[in-house]
Amino acid sequence: MKKTAIKTAKRRVASAVFIKDLRIEARSRVVTNQVLPFAGLIMVMFAFALDNDDVLQRVAGGLIWLATIFSLFIIVQRSFAIDTSDSALDSLRVAGIDLSAVFLGKAIALSLQLIALDIVLIAAAFLLYQVQVSVIGLVLLVTCVACATTGLGFVGTLYGGLTAGTNGRETLLPLLLLPVVAPVLIAATRATEAAFGSGGAAISEGWAWVGLLAIFAAVFGVGGSLAFGPLIDE
Amino acid sequence: MTIEKVLEFIDVVIVYDNFPAVAGATFSVNAGEIVLLQGANGAGKTTLLRACAGLLPIARGSANVLGCDLRLDRLAVRSRVGLLGHANGLFQDLTVLENMLFWSRLVGATRNDVDQAMDAMGLSGRLSQTQVAKLSAGQRRRCALASLIVRRAQLWLLDEPHAGLDAQGRDELDRTLRAARDAGATVIFASHEIERASALATRSLVVASGTVKPA
Repeated sequence: MKKTAIKTAKRRVASAVFIKDLRIEARSRVVTNQVLPFAGLIMVMFAFALDNDDVLQRVAGGLIWLATIFSLFIIVQRSFAIDTSDSALDSLRVAGIDLSAVFLGKAIALSLQLIALDIVLIAAAFLLYQVQVSVIGLVLLVTCVACATTGLGFVGTLYGGLTAGTNGRETLLPLLLLPVVAPVLIAATRATEAAFGSGGAAISEGWAWVGLLAIFAAVFGVGGSLAFGPLIDE
Repeated sequence: MTIEKVLEFIDVVIVYDNFPAVAGATFSVNAGEIVLLQGANGAGKTTLLRACAGLLPIARGSANVLGCDLRLDRLAVRSRVGLLGHANGLFQDLTVLENMLFWSRLVGATRNDVDQAMDAMGLSGRLSQTQVAKLSAGQRRRCALASLIVRRAQLWLLDEPHAGLDAQGRDELDRTLRAARDAGATVIFASHEIERASALATRSLVVASGTVKPA
């Protein structure tokens, strides 16, 4: 009975935080008006810099995920800026709620924003780099995006919370986060290349990388839920 | 169950940024009191309030708030206290109503609780649909106080609650604090406006050099 009540309270807090984060984004449109153009510009700049269809098709997967990770830094900073600007994070701490539910709510909201971003980035890759994908490749690509963005959402929220109250967090966050998300960058790039068939990669090769992305998401989902509360508290 | 002694600190030391901001504070607060903390800037009032809310660790001494031993478990007390510091703890991009509904969802309060709190702080009507970023400092303060009412805190810890409020807002605040006390809450607040605060408080304490003494 008590366990059910705790679960219900946790779900209630997570959904409240999730709705709050997305509502603030819908109102402020930071992702739509700033992050999306920034990520799009990265894709366009690489198209100009490399200026070779073969090379662009070969590296398209890597460029999509590099742009995603650079954008992740901005979205995470923004996500925690709204909580720290008027000490709302302190109020959340004092509210005596389960902070792991706050973690889940924020991470899922972050993942959804990343999924929206990746849809645009993949569309840009089709348009600018002329990549192609089969139906089975599309299934692999969708699964890859779902697993990678979930993992990035969890790890981004965890490190965003870690750096939220620190001085120089704008530079500290990328410094701490880049080495940690390197496995996602590698695995998501390989899986996306397999989905696109870049450099003759077979689609079947991509599933092993998707498995790695799923493990990454699970590890940071569980680890983040346990660590987020104590990290925020200190 | 009514706890007669809501707060009891005995020889409490609180270290903040490697500095003993509170050094041997001994005082207690009974249920239903409105206690004013006086003291110069940097005397340790804010540190004391944050420690009462379970936000800062107790380095030494005995600290008991609402029956919770803060040295053993700082988290247990948090759902029962409401802390309003220098900042308001609001989300600037949300409207007043959305902020209230957010806090009510967190603590499982009803829409009726939200409406009552907003009525009590004069935030109903057009103001409820206004974004917090567009409110005046006083209106934001009232919004933050309304969120404390929604959270049904048993112990209110307020740091400079009158700051930024106009005359009407101050009167409303005083009425709200007295109403909270009448409803069973206990209030501890820090203020530099001694004349107004003394009229509101049932007792005053002076915080100086990290210690607490009766005024």
